[in-house]
Amino acid sequence: MRALNTPRYTSTMPIQTVFKAEIERISILDEHCEFDEKLGAGLIPDDDLVRLYEAMSSCRYLDEVAFKLQRSGRMGTYPQNMGQEAASLGAAYALRSDDWLVTCYRENCGLFWRGVPMESILLHWMGDERGNAMPAAHYATPIAVPIGTQMLHATGLAWASKYRGESRIACTFFGDGASSEGDFHEAANFAANLDIPVIFCCQSNSWAISVPQRIQCSAPTVAQRGIAYGMPCMQVDGNDIFACVYAVKNAAARARESSRPTFIELVTYRLGDHTTADDARRYRDQAEVDLWKLRDPLIRTRKLLETKRLWDSSKEDAMRQRIEVSVNAAVSRAEEIAAPPTSDVFDHTFAQLPPDLVRQRDSLQTHSLAGEQPVHTEGH
Amino acid sequence: MANLNLVQAINLALIQEMERDERVLLLGEDVGLNGGVFRVTEGLQARFGARRVVDTPLAESGIIGTSIGLAMGGLRPVPEIQFEGFLGPAYDQICSHAARMRTRTRSAFTVPLTIRVPVGGGIHAPELHSDSPEAIYAHQPGIKVVMPSSPYDAKGLLISSIRDPDPVIYFEPKRIYRAFREEVPEDEYTIPIGKARTVCEGTDLTIVSWGSSVIQCMQAIEKSNRSIELIDLRTIYPMDIDAVTESVRKTGRCVIVHEAPRTCGLGAEVAATIMEHCFLHLEAPVQRVSGFDTIMPYYKLELSYLPDALRIGGAIEDALTF
Repeated sequence: MRALNTPRYTSTMPIQTVFKAEIERISILDEHCEFDEKLGAGLIPDDDLVRLYEAMSSCRYLDEVAFKLQRSGRMGTYPQNMGQEAASLGAAYALRSDDWLVTCYRENCGLFWRGVPMESILLHWMGDERGNAMPAAHYATPIAVPIGTQMLHATGLAWASKYRGESRIACTFFGDGASSEGDFHEAANFAANLDIPVIFCCQSNSWAISVPQRIQCSAPTVAQRGIAYGMPCMQVDGNDIFACVYAVKNAAARARESSRPTFIELVTYRLGDHTTADDARRYRDQAEVDLWKLRDPLIRTRKLLETKRLWDSSKEDAMRQRIEVSVNAAVSRAEEIAAPPTSDVFDHTFAQLPPDLVRQRDSLQTHSLAGEQPVHTEGH
Repeated sequence: MANLNLVQAINLALIQEMERDERVLLLGEDVGLNGGVFRVTEGLQARFGARRVVDTPLAESGIIGTSIGLAMGGLRPVPEIQFEGFLGPAYDQICSHAARMRTRTRSAFTVPLTIRVPVGGGIHAPELHSDSPEAIYAHQPGIKVVMPSSPYDAKGLLISSIRDPDPVIYFEPKRIYRAFREEVPEDEYTIPIGKARTVCEGTDLTIVSWGSSVIQCMQAIEKSNRSIELIDLRTIYPMDIDAVTESVRKTGRCVIVHEAPRTCGLGAEVAATIMEHCFLHLEAPVQRVSGFDTIMPYYKLELSYLPDALRIGGAIEDALTF
């Protein structure tokens, strides 16, 4: 018998293909208002579609107002969501209301659909942590400022649900820039290899501040990053509310039934600047912006509603009035919230303040320079 | 009572907390079948199953980031980072999220998380397996930092850490993992975070130390023939300021000993605290015996870098004869 380590020379072992992959693109309501009945029929009832359109319109109006608040010194830096309303809204609509929604900061529309109050988001950008004190009932995590770190939290949250035998899953949002971060890859790898029911939604919006997508990902799609982790992945028209709902619904079913993750690239576009501190004219052409304005998720949704005779200009006007009232009321409520007492700086550092932090807190409160109610002011 | 070394004491604490609380789970590289590279989690996967003792992908940020999510989701994860030198990749998750989640959300979300990390030199390990980064994490608000120096303390402090409602980095001095045994009660007990231990009482001088340096300090005290009080901080943050200042007010002299580099080491914080609280009681400048402001050398020279009884003895003499 031949020893196992003795080579046998052969010319009969051609190079084989061991793996092949394709990326599907999902579009149901395209920019020309063509509607795919096969995929889209029954997906969103008409009443819901009207509500979804109003939700997107309301979010858009908040962006207009927030921009003015920042420019007039009434609010700090604010990232507009303009153009990207459908992605997070579609996910929030498709998910169960007790599934975790783990977002970054361009998912206002989904958070509002969940019930997160508009004034919470405003309060956050007005420099007040209380805006991030998300009520437990919303299953929404705080706005994540450091890029591309929250996907690991989503993975852990979904893992915790699975650990307890619950059917709750997690859905996390991040941008194409964030897909360059190591934490994205670690989260995808953990979720895929440990069978964790999490949906990775990449808002592929072309720009990470001034850096174009080709510097984040030179492959034909961002979606194919999911292939490397052995998870189903697809590209979706992220400005198409139907396609977003369709993709997240399927991913949620997969997560719930087989505890498997999915990677969804939601192709969209940031119509505004990165934040109010940015000027996108420095790095991108207006022609590109104009092209994407035609693909605006609001325009095609309204057109479809009109085609279905569910909408007209008088309804649009009435909605606009409702939105103005509600958004302006939210702004008033946020602005009426007074700054917290100085001790608030300390009070949520730990469940119980260590003795030295108590000393530091007390020294701040009694110091004539810092406390809002200085104790030793007489004679000064 | 059982006669246990530090590794066994930690293993016992993990078993008891996992039996007590279904929310406690362990995760990390090699913690499962292999029982951890130092065998601290030996036998735990066989006992509690792969659901509660989880071998993860090799990714420190992933281990800590998912642990943060597990903790936000109501569990009590106890991740292991294999060596302190590999905390670097997890630094962002620790400092940007674990430390800040409570304050960011006004306590709507909390992160009850215990990160176990072998720490320090003296075991002839390769590069990045021998460092002492405790001051880096003590400087980050929102994190508690613990480092036991004995099996008894290791068990009680680990139980306190796991039950703590906030994130704790639990450093395990690997040089004394198996250096000695002591009686460790099998019954459950806790040692409060933030409380130092007076290892021995004395009147001439106070030594403040923590981790495996405590053992070097005990050797120096034995050789000195002087009445020296040794304070083992046990908790790096929040530091037991009262224990330190009461002792220094009594003795008037202080030597601080740690393995970490000197500049911005925790010794600087201890010395400044003594200046603030004990200035008029001091008979001599506070002395520091520490690692140097160099990269931790490879192991041929590590014993020259680490504080030993000889260097500590020199500092004791300097402080006593000032």
